[in-house]
Amino acid sequence: MTEFIQHLINGLGQGSIYALIALGYTMVFGILQLINFAHSDVYMVGAFIGYYSGKYLGLSKSPGVLSLLAALTLSMAGCAALGFVIERGAYRPLRKSPRINCLITAIGVSLFLEFGGQLLFGADPKFFPTLYDAGEALIIGGVNINRLQLLVFFISVVLMLGLRYIIFRTKMGRAMRAVSFSHDNAALMGIPVDFTISFTFMLGSALAGAAGILVGLTYPKIEPLMGVMWGLKAFVAAVVGGIGNVMGAVIGALILGVAETMVVGYGASTYRDALAFAILILILLFRPSGLLGKARTEKV
Amino acid sequence: MNKTTQSVSSLLLAAAILISFPSCTKKDGASNATSTGAATAADEIVIGEVGSLTGSEATFGTSTRDGIDLAIKQINAAGGIKGKKVRVLILDDQSKAEEAATAATKLITQDKVVALLGEVASTRSLAMAPIAQSHQVPMITPSSTNPEVTAKGNYVFRVCFIDPFQGMVMAKFAANTLHAKRAAILRDVKSDYSVGLSNFFTENFKKLGGEIVIDTSYSGGDADFKSQLTSIKTKNPDVIYVPGYYTEVGLIARQTKELGIKAPLLGGDGWDSEKLTEIGGQALDGSFFSNHYTPDDKSPVVQRFITEYKTQFNIVPDGLAAMGYDAMIVLADAMKRAKSFGGDDLRQAISETKDFQAVTGRITIDKNRDASKSAVVIEVKGGKFQYKETINPS
Repeated sequence: MTEFIQHLINGLGQGSIYALIALGYTMVFGILQLINFAHSDVYMVGAFIGYYSGKYLGLSKSPGVLSLLAALTLSMAGCAALGFVIERGAYRPLRKSPRINCLITAIGVSLFLEFGGQLLFGADPKFFPTLYDAGEALIIGGVNINRLQLLVFFISVVLMLGLRYIIFRTKMGRAMRAVSFSHDNAALMGIPVDFTISFTFMLGSALAGAAGILVGLTYPKIEPLMGVMWGLKAFVAAVVGGIGNVMGAVIGALILGVAETMVVGYGASTYRDALAFAILILILLFRPSGLLGKARTEKV
Repeated sequence: MNKTTQSVSSLLLAAAILISFPSCTKKDGASNATSTGAATAADEIVIGEVGSLTGSEATFGTSTRDGIDLAIKQINAAGGIKGKKVRVLILDDQSKAEEAATAATKLITQDKVVALLGEVASTRSLAMAPIAQSHQVPMITPSSTNPEVTAKGNYVFRVCFIDPFQGMVMAKFAANTLHAKRAAILRDVKSDYSVGLSNFFTENFKKLGGEIVIDTSYSGGDADFKSQLTSIKTKNPDVIYVPGYYTEVGLIARQTKELGIKAPLLGGDGWDSEKLTEIGGQALDGSFFSNHYTPDDKSPVVQRFITEYKTQFNIVPDGLAAMGYDAMIVLADAMKRAKSFGGDDLRQAISETKDFQAVTGRITIDKNRDASKSAVVIEVKGGKFQYKETINPS
């Protein structure tokens, strides 16, 4: 039983990081019906911003919550800026063109970031600096809980609650929801559509940046292609939860995280990656709109 | 394969060659670096090297390259081989097997190298070996320990010991020195090397009266190992055998401590990198791994190698650098003895290597084209590698 609970805790930790990335996918999809494949690479850039700020600002010399928050802020700001540039430079000029053009551009931006990253940061894995010293693990009833795991979970939850607040309680959030219904109608109501879309990209990218730092802390090995697998998994999580639905992304991510740790713990590690896609196929077969997604009828 | 896929794949191949092309002019040591593809000057011998200079096992490739560089510098300073200077062409395979195969083909068919050195990782040497064999160009791998590699044909050699021996060394060490009875295994299923070592460890550890309490696996490139380690923890083993490569092992060590597991980790020569302790930190203290050589060895050959390596690169050479150096001096020795530099004569000369004093021990190439020699066990202590004991082939 303790083994099961331990697996559950590990899975929730993993799932909460998937959730942070999945939220970016789902928000952009909700507003633009665009799958932003470059999102997972923004997350990679976030991790590298953390790496360089830890290295050159001396944050790793005084590990603690303050250093962590400093790196987190820097990375979120850097990624928000990157998200803004990507939307402005790559997607906005294509807003009126067929959706397939945007999709291919997204893949192009993703490859650009991945291999540009290899050029800029080097292809060999880097060791992420210790921004927070976790110390000894807490042991509660035979279950080992790492302080770092707790902190990561806590930060993810706070960020997600913050996002929920922005979307449902602020004017900007209302504008985002309006734009996701219809660009034209929102514009008629006086909502600045372009700005709202930029803001959504920045918000999603900032969350990806935070995820980059949290992953760097938990698994201190970062490299320019680290976003590929994590991004795919987070995308699956977003689809499982119902793409476009914010709560769905979180639920999908937690389900995926727990399912993965369970399959590795009780089955075989080789099925870890296969599982994510098996879940995706099942969901698409039996509930194509995802767990919380609303079915839309498309008029042809 | 239909016509379109064929043309697409040949296009990809061409692109891969084009991309890897500039990297070969960058590193060659000798004078006429301009002609890479065409004829070689009459007074020099060109050798090809394939290495992982970038990617997940980058330090393996760069250390090996430095070791080979040093050997060539010494050989050329001493007048070369039969009056000819030696030059090496290096291609990077980005730690990918398919790139290693492409690079080997290019070196043989375009650059007309007389011999190939490489690769470090068994998976990539296995991709190169059939190519060397079919073109009848002798290939020496510095440190691929999987038995399959040299079984690919009579042109493929190695200067290191093989997995069965390395697995046995750690099994012996666990059972005799650490008095372990219960061992857990965590293997990288994507790596021929890791799977081989795990199997031979299991076999020998059982023979010595031990028990394998759990045998779990991960895939190279994973970052999360907590599930496997949680399962291992419930079985309460005395030692955990993790014969993977240093990037994953570093992460595994950290997560082992995070989950409060006290059993020491054991591994193989895939751990031999300074990055290991950089990633793993304190968590690795008290772990052991088998290796080819130790800088603590006081013999004059080793000490001379270390001093000269230090003057050139400012660091103490790791095992991979020593193996790279040995591969080159074994090849040079064979070239001196060979009737000609043609594939068959050179192959014959390499296979006759006997009791050759190299940095990593006395090398004799046996009938399977493997080197038989001793192994050392290294302990990780305070972020440093310390010599623990030597285990000889029985």
